[in-house]
Amino acid sequence: MARRVQPISTYLGAAAAALLVLLTLGTLGAVAWRAEGLSGLRTSDWLAVRFTVLQAFLSALISVVLAVPMARALARRKFRGRGLLITLLGAPFILPVIVAVLGLLAVFGRNGLVNSALVWGGLEPVSIFGLQGVLLAHVFFNLPLATRLLLQGWLAIPGERFRLAASLGFSDRDVFRHLELPLLKAVLPGAFMVIFLICTTSFAVALALGGGPRATTIELAIYQAFRFDFDLSKAALLALVQFGLCALAATLSLWISVPMGQGAGLGRVVPRRGGSVWLDALVLLLASAFLLVPLVMIIGKGAGTVFTLPDSTWGAAWRSVWVAVASALTTIALALPLALAALNLRARIVEGVGYLSIAASPLVIGTGLFIMVYRWADPVALALPILILVNAAMSLPFALRAISPALAEIEADYGKLADSLDLSGWARMRVLILPRLRRPMGFGAGLAAALSMGDLGVIALFADPENQTLPLALYQLMNAYRLDDAFGAALLLLTLSLTLFWLFDRGGRADVDA
Amino acid sequence: MLTLEGLKATQGAFTLRADLAVKEGERVAVIGASGSGKSTLLNAIAGFLSLDTGAVTVNGEAIEHMLPGKRPLSIVFQDSNLFPHLTVAQNVGLGIRPGLRLSAAEHAQIEAALGQVGLTGFGARKPSALSGGQQSRVALARVLLRKRPLLLLDEPFAALGPALRQEMLALVGEIAEAQKLTVLMVTHDPGDAEALTDQSIFVEDGLAHPPVPTKELLSNPPQALKDYLGH
Repeated sequence: MARRVQPISTYLGAAAAALLVLLTLGTLGAVAWRAEGLSGLRTSDWLAVRFTVLQAFLSALISVVLAVPMARALARRKFRGRGLLITLLGAPFILPVIVAVLGLLAVFGRNGLVNSALVWGGLEPVSIFGLQGVLLAHVFFNLPLATRLLLQGWLAIPGERFRLAASLGFSDRDVFRHLELPLLKAVLPGAFMVIFLICTTSFAVALALGGGPRATTIELAIYQAFRFDFDLSKAALLALVQFGLCALAATLSLWISVPMGQGAGLGRVVPRRGGSVWLDALVLLLASAFLLVPLVMIIGKGAGTVFTLPDSTWGAAWRSVWVAVASALTTIALALPLALAALNLRARIVEGVGYLSIAASPLVIGTGLFIMVYRWADPVALALPILILVNAAMSLPFALRAISPALAEIEADYGKLADSLDLSGWARMRVLILPRLRRPMGFGAGLAAALSMGDLGVIALFADPENQTLPLALYQLMNAYRLDDAFGAALLLLTLSLTLFWLFDRGGRADVDA
Repeated sequence: MLTLEGLKATQGAFTLRADLAVKEGERVAVIGASGSGKSTLLNAIAGFLSLDTGAVTVNGEAIEHMLPGKRPLSIVFQDSNLFPHLTVAQNVGLGIRPGLRLSAAEHAQIEAALGQVGLTGFGARKPSALSGGQQSRVALARVLLRKRPLLLLDEPFAALGPALRQEMLALVGEIAEAQKLTVLMVTHDPGDAEALTDQSIFVEDGLAHPPVPTKELLSNPPQALKDYLGH
């Protein structure tokens, strides 16, 4: 309807889209302009490409394979704490990577629980560094995601199907073949691709647990080329390879049709029995232990030192908090005009621009911005504004995914009524759209704030002691083997991330009727 | 007062035609089987459906190019007439000014309108705290404040029980009387048509016939209406 074309929001949307194109494709162009042909890649760089693909493939494979028994157990068993466990499966999304890495080190590291047990039993300790460590961390983050995606698929099978199966005397194998196998075929490829995509841009995990010629991802190689060799042309070349890889994976996952991870209505239990209760219990117990013990270690070891952290750590924490808040507000300031413009112009492509950053890597954007500005300004002085902008761009797809369907729903439910009352322009924004979007906006801003709070990526490119963020400070404490302080800082970071998410999300929920 | 001249409007595969006039102050029922085009007719008049050809005039003024909210009419839908996040007073206030920046005098007007529909003191509540009948009353209070000469009702009280529906129809009658409104009401219930209206537009397979007296239409219905009513 002509009524919905509101020029102001359309201009703002176009401006937001232009900024995003500049951030993703523009920085890539800047990077390409500096690069000197693919011949510039050495063997070690190709090893990084190979390792990136290999670890992403294995991470995705292990995550989805382990998710099958776990999702099945959650779908068919009813037990106390089930709801809480499902909620916790959503938590790794906003959990700072470096905190999880420290937690995993406390369990699987040199002096961790597992190795202590092995040594006590007279066995050789195992090392967490290298491919196995990277996989461990990636599975830690992505097993819950895969489980939620699968669980959603499971619960989408109508209960009547299982009732029909029972009335026809289906065995467990028949149920698997006729009901569960089609589901797995539909959901697993998409879940695999999402995780593959997430893991191709892995930086913090590789930085902390990988490294060396045998376990370096492209992102890590970009960082090293930039930070240690200051070889811009090599960083640029790697950035191009990274973008190509991400774009390929993103295109593949669009083609495979990725399931939506909103996780609505996961509380239902599929009414069916069968299968082994003990096996399900064992699966859930092991998975919960794997996911929870590292966090419990952070809380247990960090509680003693969190209040005696050095001033510099508190300074970094304060800096991280305001960067996170600014980044969350920027995310919404980009997402809202984009979603509105997409709705007004009926042009999905406008919204599609917001998803470009899925294929972009933060280090590529950071490198590109550096190349763009370093002749005119001191990039270190601009580190925090750049960080805010990059974090906002990286969170944008998630915020859009929350806001865009809600906006379409508002227009579908109330558009006609608003039109009939001549509610248009800014009045429509103020009276109808903003109040009804509070919930998804709060959720989107919460995600953006938590993601920014925990981000260890771009900041590593530009950091100096004056502008370091809490995740970086934590990483440096770990590197300096100041583990007591590191656990304290990790607990602080964890608390701040979750609190920021909670505050924004809560702010969106307060005082909103139906 | 309302004229439809050579009106043709398409919605998907469905086409509606109408050539008719309604006199000032008349109350007209729009009757017909589901899918015959009753709601399409209202949507075309209200501006939610653009015309292929033809003209719609109200008091001699062509309105077919106006945006829905600018047309000299109010519309009450079957449901969702209120914004659930706004208070009752705000929902009514939208009838004065959609931006809701209202003066003290205008707040007094809102309170008066609520009084007229029997909802004195309900202004601060949210719609979720009201019954279905009360929500309809709020929508009618807003109609009072919009002060547009034509009122369109799209099966407005279909979800209410019979007694409540009679009450609401009586209220619509009072409001139409007081403000000298011309009323068009879509209904599938001949009882509602008899209770409120003296004229009826019969819609059949995408053609809206000119209005005839409601009593006449119902006592001597054409075959299609007979089939629909099940006589």
